[in-house]
Amino acid sequence: MAKKINCLALLFLIGLSSHANAADKLLIKIAYLSQEREAPAALSNLDPFIQNKGELGAELATSDNNTTGQFTHQQYELKKVIVPIGGDIVQAFNKLGDDVGFVVLNVKPAQINQLADLPAAQNKLLFDAVTSDDELRGSQCRHHVLHILPNRAMRADALAQYMLKKRWQNWFLVVGQTPEDQLYAAAIKRAAKRYGMKLVAEKAWDNTYDARRSAQSDVPQFTQGEDYDVLVVADEQGLFGEYLDYRTWLPRPVIGTQGLTATAWHRTHEQWGAVQLQNRFKEQAGRWMEEEDYAAYLAVRAIGEASVRAKSDQVQAIKDYMLSDAFALQGYKGKPLTFRSWDGQLRQPILLAAPRSMVSVAPLDGFLHPKSELDTLGYDQPESTCK
Amino acid sequence: MQKFKITMLAAALLSGSIAHAETVFVTLEKDNAIAIVDPIEGKLLKTVTIGQRPRGIAVSQDGKQVFVATSDDNTIKILDSATLQEIGNLPSGEDPETFAISPDGKLMYVSNEDDNEVTVIDIAAKKALTKIKVGVEPEGIAVSPDNKWAISASETTNMLHWIDTKTSKIVENTLVDPRPRAANFTADSQQLWATSEMAGTVMVLDTASKQIVQTIKLEVQGLTSEQIQPVGVLIDKDRRYAYVAMGPSNRVAVINAQTYQVEKYLLVGQRVWNLAFSPDQKRLYTTNGASNDISIIDLEAHKVTKSLAVGRYPWGVAVKP
Repeated sequence: MAKKINCLALLFLIGLSSHANAADKLLIKIAYLSQEREAPAALSNLDPFIQNKGELGAELATSDNNTTGQFTHQQYELKKVIVPIGGDIVQAFNKLGDDVGFVVLNVKPAQINQLADLPAAQNKLLFDAVTSDDELRGSQCRHHVLHILPNRAMRADALAQYMLKKRWQNWFLVVGQTPEDQLYAAAIKRAAKRYGMKLVAEKAWDNTYDARRSAQSDVPQFTQGEDYDVLVVADEQGLFGEYLDYRTWLPRPVIGTQGLTATAWHRTHEQWGAVQLQNRFKEQAGRWMEEEDYAAYLAVRAIGEASVRAKSDQVQAIKDYMLSDAFALQGYKGKPLTFRSWDGQLRQPILLAAPRSMVSVAPLDGFLHPKSELDTLGYDQPESTCK
Repeated sequence: MQKFKITMLAAALLSGSIAHAETVFVTLEKDNAIAIVDPIEGKLLKTVTIGQRPRGIAVSQDGKQVFVATSDDNTIKILDSATLQEIGNLPSGEDPETFAISPDGKLMYVSNEDDNEVTVIDIAAKKALTKIKVGVEPEGIAVSPDNKWAISASETTNMLHWIDTKTSKIVENTLVDPRPRAANFTADSQQLWATSEMAGTVMVLDTASKQIVQTIKLEVQGLTSEQIQPVGVLIDKDRRYAYVAMGPSNRVAVINAQTYQVEKYLLVGQRVWNLAFSPDQKRLYTTNGASNDISIIDLEAHKVTKSLAVGRYPWGVAVKP
């Protein structure tokens, strides 16, 4: 019996059967919408560019949902739409159809609200499974968009908590040239203020030449003349950050976008059952689970969890459950994950990871909050500008 | 019987070296070994290398064999409980973690977490009889003392699957609080107790209706709800008390199993996961994974009497009479 249902679920997955919708089964249709990216310039050739980040996470979660669904008479169909570079993402969204109630987005930050504001999006629940943008959760928020990854403010707060614990209170901030680097730097400054850190120096990294050639002579000179506890780097694309460590004039640790980083997921993470998720993902994908894979996984699992608990296939009922106090998503990080009602951000522990070791997990012990310690990270309700 | 035990105890205390009242075996996940402990003397007797990543452990009904799930060896090893020599192994499927043995000692039910399956093994024949498809990440597993039900708890599906032991088929699924970890029956098989790691609850189910009849929320003053992560649960034979290992809150909850009130939280070592009774149910042993020790709890006084360093990442615990 169980076998039979499994096969059926598989058929649904590959879209061969749309009429096999057994009368007693609830069918929940989820779209995964992404646009291909150009491989960005990178400092190092060590990590190959991965085009399908996110997609495989959504697939794994769909198969998890269907394993559960065989016992709850629910079926989950994942419709993957990958728009090529230069393709029309709006058109792709409009073509999803009214029966698709949930859309997991892996698109550029500017495209999130472009899609969310379409008439076709108004009765759907959208999941931003890719951005860390504070504005999309703040003044630009939309109430039918939920955000899975920690925003920059949460990441910066996580780092600040750790720095406070280590008493590394004097920060030297190095900021790259991209607009994203500026946003990251702004989040770092906000965290510094919140946690009483001192920004003793700030410098823009404006070298246009290849850091590989000249880092040995550039970095000592760049960091000379300042006294600080820790070098904080804002280089989201990874154009120079990796080359700061071991080269600073004074021996100081590097944190931020390189060195010790704040992330939703990391390959060194193995506590709280994470090994199982890492293994299942690796077996399916043939590579490590990246942050975007984890985000898409959680988005689809959130739909699964809420629909099983709400015993429903309706967008509103599932959304209501998801945003209720009863909702608790297992995210392999030791604490149940829930959504912040005020801005749709997923509350979660943040991993503080070095390239090959898990250093700590925020919120750190001792950072207290009247409701949830997870709300010591990022924008708490009174600070939120989401209306 | 009682008298005999006391005599044994006295003898052990007097002479030191002869007959121990009981032996406690503890799997050490990071040492690839099991620790052998004399709980009466409160002594680590020795540590024996066993295989990769040992986790679940049980002693056979007759006390002659010890079963150990060596997860990274993908097998369950059978040891002679006297010599601790390996005398065989069972085809557990991949990455075995926890298992339960039927009360008649014939069958073993193993959770295969990565494959969403439960493997049923004929212990004597050392053969896998069947595999049962369950939810995502099955972990906790238990067989009812009347041998009618095998329960598999799937952590990500959030269900208890009721497997009819006669047919090896799932006949009912109960949706429970998130991330159910462990389950155990009362001695009369009338109730099933299960823990939810993420909700911080213990659920009591009625075996007849398979529904939750009580949900006990564990709360400790000064700790956030996120730190309360119950794992192992045991109920004494008279259903007077249930004991719940509470993970990173470093405590064991003592629950009155008649009134369902938590009477005490006993502070033990860090990240307490699994529990085992002494054969006379006068003591409870706990594995404390993060502090590398076990705690011994006196169940008459409900007091922790000793903690004993055993090795790295103590995981499972079993007692040989």
